[in-house]
Amino acid sequence: MSLLELTDVTRSVRLPDDRLLHILQGVTLSVDAGEHVAVVGRSGTGKSTLLNILGLLDAPTSGEYLLEGVPIGRLSHGTRTRRRGRDFGFVFQQFNLLPGRTALENVTAPLLYARGKQFWRRATLARQMLERVGLGDRVDTMPDKLSGGEQQRVAIARALVRGPRVILADEPTGALDVETGGSVMDLLDEIASQTGAALVTITHDLAVAARAERQYRLTEGVLVPIRLDSGSDWVGDVPTLVADRSRATERPMPEPEVLA
Amino acid sequence: MTGIVGAIVEAWDELRIHKLRVLLALIGVACAVTAITSVTAVIAMLKQATQEQTDRQNGRQITLMVSAYPKGQSAATPAEWDTAFGELLDRYSITYASRDAWLQVPVRLAAGKRTIQIRTVDADLGTINRIVPVAGRWFTDVDETAFAPTLVVNESFLHQLGLNDLSSHPTVEIGDRAPVTATIVGVMANDWPQADPLAMALYTPYHRWIGADGSGIQSGGAAPPEGSMAASMNQQVPTVYLWVPSDQAHELTERITQDMQSVAPGWQVDVSDNAYRGGGLGRATTYVGIGIGGLALLLGGLGLVNIALVTVRYRIREIGIRRSFGATSGRVFFGVLLESVVATFVAGLVGVTISVAIIKNIPVDRLFGGGIQDMPPFPISAAVVGMLCATAVGALAGIIPASFAVRVRVIDAIRY
Repeated sequence: MSLLELTDVTRSVRLPDDRLLHILQGVTLSVDAGEHVAVVGRSGTGKSTLLNILGLLDAPTSGEYLLEGVPIGRLSHGTRTRRRGRDFGFVFQQFNLLPGRTALENVTAPLLYARGKQFWRRATLARQMLERVGLGDRVDTMPDKLSGGEQQRVAIARALVRGPRVILADEPTGALDVETGGSVMDLLDEIASQTGAALVTITHDLAVAARAERQYRLTEGVLVPIRLDSGSDWVGDVPTLVADRSRATERPMPEPEVLA
Repeated sequence: MTGIVGAIVEAWDELRIHKLRVLLALIGVACAVTAITSVTAVIAMLKQATQEQTDRQNGRQITLMVSAYPKGQSAATPAEWDTAFGELLDRYSITYASRDAWLQVPVRLAAGKRTIQIRTVDADLGTINRIVPVAGRWFTDVDETAFAPTLVVNESFLHQLGLNDLSSHPTVEIGDRAPVTATIVGVMANDWPQADPLAMALYTPYHRWIGADGSGIQSGGAAPPEGSMAASMNQQVPTVYLWVPSDQAHELTERITQDMQSVAPGWQVDVSDNAYRGGGLGRATTYVGIGIGGLALLLGGLGLVNIALVTVRYRIREIGIRRSFGATSGRVFFGVLLESVVATFVAGLVGVTISVAIIKNIPVDRLFGGGIQDMPPFPISAAVVGMLCATAVGALAGIIPASFAVRVRVIDAIRY
């Protein structure tokens, strides 16, 4: 049983002129515990919508989403929210740190929604997590006094402090230079593998995506498995070394092909 | 448990971080609570000041005034009346009682001998009528057995003696044929600016030393001759004031009338009380105070709603991020509501504190035209009402932004 399993998921929204906009079309994807999966795609292809559905921030229009084998449609709104807080950690492109709060307070924030020991030991846990991402000496620093890389480290610490089972990273290096982005991804990979959390990275950076064990391309709402390496680059809307043009919804999922 | 504590911690953090905004929003609420609490306290003081003023003139609530007149020759003697009355005080356990007789007595002043009004009373009248001398002291038990009669005079009397204070331990000659030297131990304020000289003396010692007509019977004076003023006075009894519990006043009025008529036949006994049956002005003042405070609170609350709404719009992204942490709609609603409630509660505390500071430092003498003997305690009920009102305003002011906060879609909020 996969940790996350999407089957024929679609997401549509009705536009003001009453037309339907199909953001995701027949997306099928499964993610196992400890896996690193990357989804690449240009802006506006539905990457963030997919991530929002995976992270229970949004719901599919149709199709099935199983979370540890349980259809999320069966979960109440409150249960989905609580599982989102407990099982998912979000890393955003713009860091989304809470303004006016120190690094420590930012990392403590998710623990305010935890229960038991996590709640009562929140300051200690947050401090430990900041030390783990190399910011043990910046705990009382305000976000605006931190560099972009440091801010993203705080965001990573915040995403991981409740020990999520899935880390959802939406363009985690999008606001960072290449070198800093690389170190942030090293950190994410390292901590994810240490904690056994699945890591789903959404990015337009093929080098970042290439770090994942499995890669997908999202084009006009259609998810296609591809295979990338560190030399991959975009050619128009298509990355080089695109592995497979077959629809992700086709089952059984075909083995990706490597384009020469 | 963790949910509630977490929500409170979250609300407190918000307030801590947005101190300036909170401060601006809450000034109105704090002022309103100060107004409500202070106005209520001042009204309580005003009522007390008015009550004490009334007490000084008519005795404390409720004082029964017992007056009696002989109806015929067969009436009991004043001595018998006095004895009967003493027994009556014991029977009904009346703690504070005072006889009161007004006499015209010759007194030697700086400009010569002049007939002055002397009021003979018991020491309890000081308590019943809240008499506070402006200088010296009121009568005590010591004066009952002193070797010379003691007087408490008004300022006008003192000035007629050519004195301004008691530093010289003044004495004055009272009486006509065999004057007695009385010591002035206290001075009362004049009832009005051009008041006539007035002296007060203890009833029993005065009548022992001087007699009702000021003849000075202590020095061997014989019984007053038939038809003289003293003889006439001997057929009268003083008015008696009894300070009784309010809830027993009505019953005691009837019983004392019946008892005295039965033990002292031949006397017309009238018992009346000084119960204050008005209250319209007091209620009106209270309503005006509550109205002022309520209006201030309403304005403060509107300001709070305004700022809270603006703030929630400003914080939409933050709310979205918190939702991604697992904050439920209820938690977000409760959190925003609690921020408002916690803030107004703190504002209420500040308001009450300011009010206490104001009330404790209020120039009572200047404000109420005289001191207050029994200063009413700080109105805790007003403070509690103020706090409750502030908290309620906070809750009402928080509901609108809280509803707004939970309606925002999480993914829209995060991108906001």
